[in-house]
Amino acid sequence: MNMHPILAALRKHKAGVVLIALQIALTLAIVCNAIFIIQQRIDMVRRPTGLNEDNLFLVTQQWVNAPSGDDPASLEKLDSMQQADLATLRNLPDVASISPIRSLPLLRSGSTGGIGLKPLQQKSTIDSNFFYGDEHMLSTLGLQLIAGRDFTAADVQNKGFRDESRSPLTIVTKSIADKLFPHGDAIGKVIYFDSSNTPTTIIGVVARLQSPIDAGEGPLAWNSVLFPVRQDANFARYVLRAKPGRLADAMKAVSPALYAANPMRVLDDRSVRSFADIRAKAYRADVGMAILMGVICLILLGVTAAGIVGLTSFWVGQRRRQIGVRRALGARKIDILHYFQLENLLIAGIGAVVGILLAVGLNLWLITRFEMDRMPVIYVLVGVLAVLALGQAAVFVPARRASNVPPVVATRPV
Amino acid sequence: MFGYYLELALRSLKRSPGLTVLMVLAIGFGVAASMTTYAVFRGVSGDPIPWKSSKLFVPRIDMWGPNDSGHVGDPPDALDYTDAMALMRDHRAPLQSAIYLIAPSVIPAGAGRSPIPVDGYAVYGEFFPMLDVPFLYGSGWSADDDAHQAAVAVIGDKLNQQVFGGGNSVGKTIDIEGKDYRVIGVLADWNPQPIFYDVMDTGGYGGGDGPGVFVPLQRAVAVNMANVGANECRVQPVESGFVGLQHSNCVWIAYMAELDSAAAVQSYRQYLDDYAREQRAAGRFAWAPNNRLFDVPAYLEQEHVVPSDTKVSLLVALGLLIVCLVNTVGLLLAKFLRRSGEIGVRRALGASRRAIYAQFLTEAGMIGAGGGVLGLLLTGVGVLSVGLVLPARLAHLARIDPSLLMLTVLVAVVATMLAGLYPTFRASRVQPAWQLKTN
Repeated sequence: MNMHPILAALRKHKAGVVLIALQIALTLAIVCNAIFIIQQRIDMVRRPTGLNEDNLFLVTQQWVNAPSGDDPASLEKLDSMQQADLATLRNLPDVASISPIRSLPLLRSGSTGGIGLKPLQQKSTIDSNFFYGDEHMLSTLGLQLIAGRDFTAADVQNKGFRDESRSPLTIVTKSIADKLFPHGDAIGKVIYFDSSNTPTTIIGVVARLQSPIDAGEGPLAWNSVLFPVRQDANFARYVLRAKPGRLADAMKAVSPALYAANPMRVLDDRSVRSFADIRAKAYRADVGMAILMGVICLILLGVTAAGIVGLTSFWVGQRRRQIGVRRALGARKIDILHYFQLENLLIAGIGAVVGILLAVGLNLWLITRFEMDRMPVIYVLVGVLAVLALGQAAVFVPARRASNVPPVVATRPV
Repeated sequence: MFGYYLELALRSLKRSPGLTVLMVLAIGFGVAASMTTYAVFRGVSGDPIPWKSSKLFVPRIDMWGPNDSGHVGDPPDALDYTDAMALMRDHRAPLQSAIYLIAPSVIPAGAGRSPIPVDGYAVYGEFFPMLDVPFLYGSGWSADDDAHQAAVAVIGDKLNQQVFGGGNSVGKTIDIEGKDYRVIGVLADWNPQPIFYDVMDTGGYGGGDGPGVFVPLQRAVAVNMANVGANECRVQPVESGFVGLQHSNCVWIAYMAELDSAAAVQSYRQYLDDYAREQRAAGRFAWAPNNRLFDVPAYLEQEHVVPSDTKVSLLVALGLLIVCLVNTVGLLLAKFLRRSGEIGVRRALGASRRAIYAQFLTEAGMIGAGGGVLGLLLTGVGVLSVGLVLPARLAHLARIDPSLLMLTVLVAVVATMLAGLYPTFRASRVQPAWQLKTN
């Protein structure tokens, strides 16, 4: 088709063309950045923690008038209280296994520290999350041991909550093993925590264990170490695995059993939480952001499509007579349809070119201002195809109406 | 004349109901999305204590030195025990308090009642007048009580209900962690957001009812009521337990001071630097003073308290509003120019350009008003449903109030009239002679 009549006609209504092109450009810029945000959040929420999350739940409780734990005698008293709880909960009919635990991935609280390769190394080689539990920790959490061995009952010590002396044995995640010992020979190697001179031997490597604190992809995200240490404090946390399908019953049984064993303690409605609940809460803001961006994209595309329909309809109405003349001179219906489709493609194309620049500019600005990541080109390309398709879909109805204008219109006065 | 224009506008809008509905929908959705995200933004970025936030200051002292890789030049996020106590002892501000988070159990009198877990703070008596904390009964404690580690407590209204069944409980005894405290004050509802006095532990926002109990800090330390909030250590404590934490240079204490004038702020800065120099002379610090003094707004900014998601959402929603307005400009242009003939006749019969302006801006304003009404409804739906997508601690801060509703309608009407300016300009430029001739 000859482009000349289209260009000539566009020049006649510059304002309308500019407005549609601008609208498409802005829509493109916002939609591809929003979809990029949505995709990032989905990727983030989908990352596995390394735990076997089904049937897993966490109990946090606090003793009232507990011993201080600052002297050996009171520490032993605290430890026996904790051991009694562990025995009580282990004997519940719906509980498969249990371990004391300091924190869990996504819980938003936990302890961290540095790892060095030499004693008294001033600046740590890498930072890491610390997990503390007994010989049932790995099996209860469902971690995948890929090298070395699990903790045994003989490995497990008990220490005060703020006792920072390190245990002689540890299991590390693969990300730590790979960073510290790139040749894959981490088992049996000695490392030092927090610039101390206490040697700790790596006895095992687990595939993956997400940070309790860093829910993103920061330096701490996948660097975790596990210690065979039962920590004693005036509060205690236990991670439990319910027997398959018995999660709700197991969770319900916990509070009554603990109160029956020792009433001088505090449990409230947040004390027993399934891991599914912890995960949902941790990612709530991300899921919310994705939903919000999705809603805004839908409104945006709807408004832009409606705008194209409205303005094209106006143009069709304006040009009825000219369409009639063209039809009378031999143009087929399909020619008229194609005319409007091509015209829209041209305008949307101009809008898309401006939109690409805006989209990249917006992304760069978000990077400097809000620590956003760089958007891959594919988002812009998909966005361009999307707005062009949107334009064609929106223009179809008015273009069809135009193609149905009968040639006889040419002979009538307006 | 205005009434006539209203009638004309109504008639014109009725003539093309599809286009009218389209414009009203676009404005309505655009305004509602902006207002909903704005309500969230306003909620989370509000000044928690607007009448004196510029007089409340958070000091930061660099007790870790410049070698620490995690803190590029900035002092740590809180104070250690030694420095917090030194600042309290020197008492250079009219009002100040060290603050740390506690979570004791309160044991209600009477057999068979379970202990109640409470969140609260160990503070100094000056905390209450400094932050204008409202009391239902009684008051905070005195400097004397601080000095003598008195067993007194200020409790929240909810705890008062739980333990005493409400009423004036001043003078009654409450069992906190197995020790008796005399209730000296009962708070009225007090839970300012962001939680500007304890950003380190809360991140700025907490659901629930606010702190339930306050005890004198020196008392809490004496009875070993440990900090349950965050602590950051550069070097692990040598001794174990809470005492070890006190002797370490781990940071875990929040601090706030009231400084009423620019001169007071200046001399406090000077004091902090002098203090750091003294410590250097004493051999504790091996570096030049590196202190900060933030007022509350600057401090909240520094700590990135407002989640960046909130700002990005607001920006994207404003982008949506702009697209909706561009859309409206296009549709109004089409609508107005379609009536070129009518404009020509009016102009030929003596209507001035001003009259054309008035007529078409009235029409634009009417569409804006329609969009505003729809926007109100959708904003209502939006704000009520933020709870479905946002964490509860943020969602409850987004509120509908008269100022938000007025702003919604105002934004809708003003924005639509702005959008109507160019189409109206084009309408006013219609040449009457040319229009009359072609018809």
